[in-house]
Amino acid sequence: MLDYALRRLVMTFFVVVLIMTFLALLIQLVPGDPVRLVLGAKAPEELVQSVRHDMYLDKPVPAQVYYFFANALHGDLGVDFQSQRSVTSLIWTALPHTAILALASLALAGLLGVPLGVYAATHPGGWLDRVTAVATISLITMPAYVAGLLLLLVFSVHWSIMPATGTGNLSNPADYLKHLALPAIALAVTWIGYLARLVRTSMLEVLNERYIMAARSQGIRDRLVVYKYALRNAVIPTIAVVGVGLGTLLGGAIFVEVIFARAGLGMLIYNSIQTRNFPIVRGGVLVVALLFVAVNLLTDFVYHMVDPRIRVVS
Amino acid sequence: MSDPLLTVAGLEVVYHTDAGTLPALSDVCFEVREGQIVGVVGESGCGKSTLGAALLRLLSPNGEIVGGRVMFAGRDLASLSSGELRKVRGRGIATVFQDPLTSLNPTFTVGQQMIDAERAHGQGRESKDVLRRRAIDALTRVGIPDAARRIRNHPHEFSGGMRQRIMIAIALLHEPSLLIADEATSALDVTLEAQILKLLKEINASHGTAILLISHNLGVIAEVCERVVVMYAGRAVEEGDVYAIFDRPLHPYTRALLAAVPSPQHRGTTLAAIPGRVPSLLALPPGCKYADRCAHAVAVCFAREPASLARGGLRVRCFLYDDSLPAADKPRADWAKAPGRA
Ligand SMILES: Nc1ncnc2c1ncn2[C@@H]1O[C@H](COP(=O)(O)OP(=O)(O)OP(=O)(O)O)[C@@H](O)[C@H]1O
Ligand code: SF4
Ligand SMILES: [Mg+2]
Repeated sequence: MLDYALRRLVMTFFVVVLIMTFLALLIQLVPGDPVRLVLGAKAPEELVQSVRHDMYLDKPVPAQVYYFFANALHGDLGVDFQSQRSVTSLIWTALPHTAILALASLALAGLLGVPLGVYAATHPGGWLDRVTAVATISLITMPAYVAGLLLLLVFSVHWSIMPATGTGNLSNPADYLKHLALPAIALAVTWIGYLARLVRTSMLEVLNERYIMAARSQGIRDRLVVYKYALRNAVIPTIAVVGVGLGTLLGGAIFVEVIFARAGLGMLIYNSIQTRNFPIVRGGVLVVALLFVAVNLLTDFVYHMVDPRIRVVS
Repeated sequence: MSDPLLTVAGLEVVYHTDAGTLPALSDVCFEVREGQIVGVVGESGCGKSTLGAALLRLLSPNGEIVGGRVMFAGRDLASLSSGELRKVRGRGIATVFQDPLTSLNPTFTVGQQMIDAERAHGQGRESKDVLRRRAIDALTRVGIPDAARRIRNHPHEFSGGMRQRIMIAIALLHEPSLLIADEATSALDVTLEAQILKLLKEINASHGTAILLISHNLGVIAEVCERVVVMYAGRAVEEGDVYAIFDRPLHPYTRALLAAVPSPQHRGTTLAAIPGRVPSLLALPPGCKYADRCAHAVAVCFAREPASLARGGLRVRCFLYDDSLPAADKPRADWAKAPGRA
């Protein structure tokens, strides 16, 4: 296990180095002078020069890469072209909102998807199984932004019972939750269906296993057999899928934030792309990438912890 | 004599498969009395495990009991609610399944699984420590060394033989009145097999636990069983006292099985190869299922299925013993041309 963890960490380290190098070089791809592009043709030359200097653009390319790494290690991702605020502080303000959105939809997906899958598996062919089969397929194929637009149309425009846009303030939890509800549901919709399907399939397989029959033969209560003995084994293969999918979830969160004009990393990156605010785009994408890598690392370890068989093999 | 502990009457089981409906058991009848050890023997695929699973209504989801009755301790198991059936499982009738490698849940420790099995029939008052103690004792009894430490291990950390013994320990936790042991010793080497058989006999003697011992090993059956059911293609073709059947087998199939065993006490013998093949359950011939391989077969054997006939203390399913047939139509008991001992 330790050996495996070490190998995995080394691999992750190289992935992060690669991503950062790529991001440091990204500005080279912008045609013309990126600073001039943002500040406009009329900006005074001294200002342009000083911004170029702050961004190390007056240095040779390898030095640019070096400074990006060195500063990032100290938590310095540059400054916003416009407000001159540090990118790190902008990201720190946005990040909690994205994290809350992602976690809320994941929780929603787990709380609804898993029981739905278990129920469908324990009552195969029943009416709920058939309804969920149709519903889940439509849910799986619905992208978060379509779900988001539909929810907006129904709850905010037609019935006007939910706020259409905005974030609310964390100091007013009730209002914050109200603003969170629709985006979280929009993001979770695909996952409810996906999880339900995954759990159903692996649950049906596990319920056929000899150890389930053996547990029943010992007179162990059905609820214990299904929710303890079968579910743990059925969930193991889904953990890996959910882990990989968390990355997709982060991506979806960006779309959803834009649709609902909700504060967060996605909104931050989106706005900065509009204004060609390069340091923020670079910093934002880096943080999203780091999150992605961290989540994958974490799922891998969780997966190894839950399944004792893998623990030994690796 | 009192009522039997277990009465199986006319049991019919099918499996629904993509290739069609597969009749796995057909009109199976036998009894197990309190404290008796009854063997079930037959070639692979004849329905032994299906029989064991059907008794507790634990067939795989595509299996279905389509006829017959299973009476246990005076109650028809089909009439029980699922809650009542659960109480019979593990306490009235305990089962050790054929496949010891997959009978334990891979994601929980052996101790956790044993404690759950104990709690299934407990009042919920015993502390975890008491339950763990009892589990350790149960493991020690079936010969698991260092049980107090091993109880914290996961199933994959045990050998196949060890897992088999753990399953037996779990089955014996509640001192059931009937233990179904499906090939309980087949994963073990000869020494361990002897130990487990000794253990089963001890349990039988000390607690009066009746045992339904499923095996393809005639030696094992001869050693521990009082009665035996010989199965062929989902039918009980012969049933009776072990000594009587080993001495004077009636059914041609039983005779062929015994042909390879030098003496009833011979140990470690598996079923001999009998010329010909077991018919596919999906395309069973209309008559006697053994007719294709039987040296005595005559026209009537191919035309219809023989009924199960009482003959002395035995039951046998063969036209050789059907006195209602005109002598001219009857197969002849000319043992010289059949495989087997005269
Ligand atoms: N779940 C199932 N679906 C379809 N057919 C099955 C199923 N389980 C068993 N069978 C078939 O039913 C027949 C009886 O199987 P069973 O396992 O009871 O035989 P067995 O006598 O225990 O054999 P063995 O000695 O190999 O354990 C076989 O032909 C088998 O292929
Ligand atoms: S009924 Fe006929 S074919 Fe079947 S075992 Fe008896 S003699 Fe052989
Ligand atoms: Mg079997």
